[in-house]
Amino acid sequence: MNAPSRLELTNKDFESGQEVRWCPGCGDYAVLKAVQRLLPMTGLPKERHVFVSGIGCSSRFPYYMATYGFHTIHGRAPAVATGVKLSNPDLAVWVITGDGDGLSIGGNHMLHALRRNVDLNILLFNNAIYGLTKGQASPTSAPGTRTPSTPEGSIDAPVRPAAFALGAGARFIARAVDTQQATLIDVLHRAHDHKGASFVEIFQNCIVYNDGVYASFTDKDVAPDRQVWLEHGKPMRYGKDNDKGLRLNPRTFRLEPVTIGQDGVTEADLVVHDETNDTLAHMLAMLEGDDAPVPLGVLYCAPTTSYDSTVAAQQAAAPRRRDLNSLLRKGKTWVVQ
Amino acid sequence: MPSSALAAATATEALDRVTVRFAGDSGDGMQLTGSIFTESTALASHDLSTFPDYPAEIRAPTGTTYGVSAYQINFGAQGVLTAGDAPDLLVVMNPAALMVNVAALKAGATIILDSDAFGTRAIERAGYATDPRGDDSLAPFTVVELPITSLTQQAAQPLGLSKREAQRCKNVWTLGLVLWMFDRDRAPIIEALRTKFRKAPEVAEANVAVLNAGHAYGETAEIPALRRLPVTRSLPEPGLYRTVTGAEATALGLVAGAELTGLDMFLGTYPITPASPMLHHLARLRDWGVTTFQAEDEIAAVCAAIGASYAGKLGVTTSSGPGIALKTEALGLAISAELPLVVVNAQRGGPSTGLPTKTEQSDLFQAVMGRNGDAPIPVIAARSPSDSFDAAIEAVKIAVRHMTPVFLLIDGYIGNASEPWHLPDMDTYERAPVTFRRPDDGTGAFDRDPESLGRQWTLPGTPGLEYRIGGLEKDYSTGAVSYDSANHQRMTDLRSGKMDAIARALPPQEVCEGPTSGKLAVVAWGSTYGPVHRAVVEANRAGRAVSHIHLRHIAPFAPNLTDLLAGFDTVLVPEMNTGQLALLLQAHTLRKVERLNKVTGQPFKIAEISAAIESVLES
Repeated sequence: MNAPSRLELTNKDFESGQEVRWCPGCGDYAVLKAVQRLLPMTGLPKERHVFVSGIGCSSRFPYYMATYGFHTIHGRAPAVATGVKLSNPDLAVWVITGDGDGLSIGGNHMLHALRRNVDLNILLFNNAIYGLTKGQASPTSAPGTRTPSTPEGSIDAPVRPAAFALGAGARFIARAVDTQQATLIDVLHRAHDHKGASFVEIFQNCIVYNDGVYASFTDKDVAPDRQVWLEHGKPMRYGKDNDKGLRLNPRTFRLEPVTIGQDGVTEADLVVHDETNDTLAHMLAMLEGDDAPVPLGVLYCAPTTSYDSTVAAQQAAAPRRRDLNSLLRKGKTWVVQ
Repeated sequence: MPSSALAAATATEALDRVTVRFAGDSGDGMQLTGSIFTESTALASHDLSTFPDYPAEIRAPTGTTYGVSAYQINFGAQGVLTAGDAPDLLVVMNPAALMVNVAALKAGATIILDSDAFGTRAIERAGYATDPRGDDSLAPFTVVELPITSLTQQAAQPLGLSKREAQRCKNVWTLGLVLWMFDRDRAPIIEALRTKFRKAPEVAEANVAVLNAGHAYGETAEIPALRRLPVTRSLPEPGLYRTVTGAEATALGLVAGAELTGLDMFLGTYPITPASPMLHHLARLRDWGVTTFQAEDEIAAVCAAIGASYAGKLGVTTSSGPGIALKTEALGLAISAELPLVVVNAQRGGPSTGLPTKTEQSDLFQAVMGRNGDAPIPVIAARSPSDSFDAAIEAVKIAVRHMTPVFLLIDGYIGNASEPWHLPDMDTYERAPVTFRRPDDGTGAFDRDPESLGRQWTLPGTPGLEYRIGGLEKDYSTGAVSYDSANHQRMTDLRSGKMDAIARALPPQEVCEGPTSGKLAVVAWGSTYGPVHRAVVEANRAGRAVSHIHLRHIAPFAPNLTDLLAGFDTVLVPEMNTGQLALLLQAHTLRKVERLNKVTGQPFKIAEISAAIESVLES
């Protein structure tokens, strides 16, 4: 337990030893592995990490981490985590949630954790389905998704997680794909280092109830042409031959995919990513369509004072009094002889 | 109709008790008038009890009966335990206030009314067919009509206030007059007004002038019905006193409980009537290690408090019935995770949104039983505003000793009412500091104290003690998720065993008035203490042997309760609900109890309890 050994932690040190009970082939395994590989890089000892989850497949996550963990109730992880962080700001507090947990039953808590900017690392495992209850449509299911609860196809419009987070006032919004370990770890690292609420949408495949829901942009043969990896200060360029990019159409105020070399397009025409720009972040969060790439990486990062740091500063500024007799005797008193 | 002591009062013979009620529109400042008069009453060494009675609407349409706000105070010699059954003096600012309150008056009571407010339209608006001053509906009373609005205007306008601003001071004019009637020292009241309006000195001075004008009017008007009335002062135990409301006493008790157990306190809460004043008090106590968090909803409020307890603070959440309903699932989590939590319910009238500003005791079943699964939570109840202090300390101690959520029940009446409080010496309170699990103590997170069954409180951040917990059933020893059937039985037994452990640590239930066995025991809980106690004391004075047993602990009951009740021929249970404690008592003691139930949103009157006692004794 002494300090030097902590710095030499490996991913194995973060495995709790409890048997992992997700379905074979579940995307959750990949995220678990990525987190276990990331944590040694954070430089924090095991006891400083706390994983708080709600209910759902992904919310079993804390049981598999050899850190502190709290598997709470459906949708409420951001609220419990807020209480943990305000009570001990030295802890790195992670929220593990899913699309049903975090955006349906717990949507309100997500909204308020983000707009308050509590220093939480929120990982939203988005598989666009209710897995643990056996495959009902979720708030991120595409319209027309046929499930036992929507036999004729779902009819409600899905929530766009990144756009929701932006609207809620989140100051850090990122996206990653479960099986793309290197970039997932990069994004998680950025989320961990960000002070304030970090919102990470992880596209996660449910092999049983929604297999292949993201195949159109995650399958190996199409991924390079359907994903754009965002890097601050660099042009938004992608493609198997690295010849595609995103350009701002000044007439529609939208990002549009273009090919370098066609119609006179050069790299200079591409939008350079500025992760501090909320207007750009909104365009990226809303970018959809069969011909458009899915923006991955850090869409938005504009740090500001976190709620917990303000609370801590207020407490630090207050003198700590313990004399209960003086507390009771504040205000008007009188003596009976 | 009982008759008013005021009618027969002489200038020399002091009255034992007087009940005064101020009533007006919800924007007329009646609550302020009442609370300032209460402060003056306390400083004049009277015992007292108050009852703020106000509508849910902040500023209801003027002149309507549903917009009437009232503040009642009963004061006099020692032993004032209720706000008074019926007022001796009613001060009304408009016809609606008269309409609503006249029925409650004693015969011979005095009514002071603002005649400027009795225009034709206002009289109609209040629902009177004709001017009540012109018919015989007020015949049993002494009516003093004064043009209070114009008198206030005359006093305030020279100080530069507009007509409208001046009119707003009419409650203070009335206060001045009533201060004169009861021979009060104006100096501390003037000081209080100057403090209240310190940001607007011209308004402060206008109010002082108006107060003095009201006082001078009493002095000089020579209206026979306006007399100085000596009232007996109280001879309480020597010591230091202040007035306190239940909301403030609860807040202070929670802070004291945290300090006595060596913890900082975290309040997660959401605004709700009538619980919000607890948040307002605690939000100002950061110096005493209090963090307050106004969450996005009731659920987040309790969940944040649970998160705080998990991380080593004393988690507290405060609410009222509808909010408690929303917290229910989270309470199960706190039970399952074996974490301390104090849940304060300032009960109001239900069901649903119900009567937000009125009082009731109808959330007892909700506290004792209202959860999925076998999910026991200890329930304790405060009986008066100042008693909330000790009740809150006890709630904290049970929560941390047994690692469990605890319900503390107060109600709208206790929360808002104020009474004199003989300030305790906190150095005499037993400290019970919590010990958190340490890396080297050789214990596990799920090792439990054999007496209390409280588990080892293990804080995130402690090296080497990393553990996982949650709402899934867990293995008794390791805490790992377990669906094993024998283990679930064992964990269920552990949770109910904790209630037995709490019961074993309770002091024996005592009889607070009357013999320890006999013909009749009146068994009550919560804010019915005042009227029940007075009624039982009076019955004993009248030669009847009646006992009063007041329960602080409702879940679990004190172990001797069954035997204690077995010593009485009849047990009468008065409650402001349809018989919730009565049912619990019958189930627990397997004996029949008599019920007295009142669900009007108003506290019991002493006379109502007395009548029930007489009726039981005669049958």
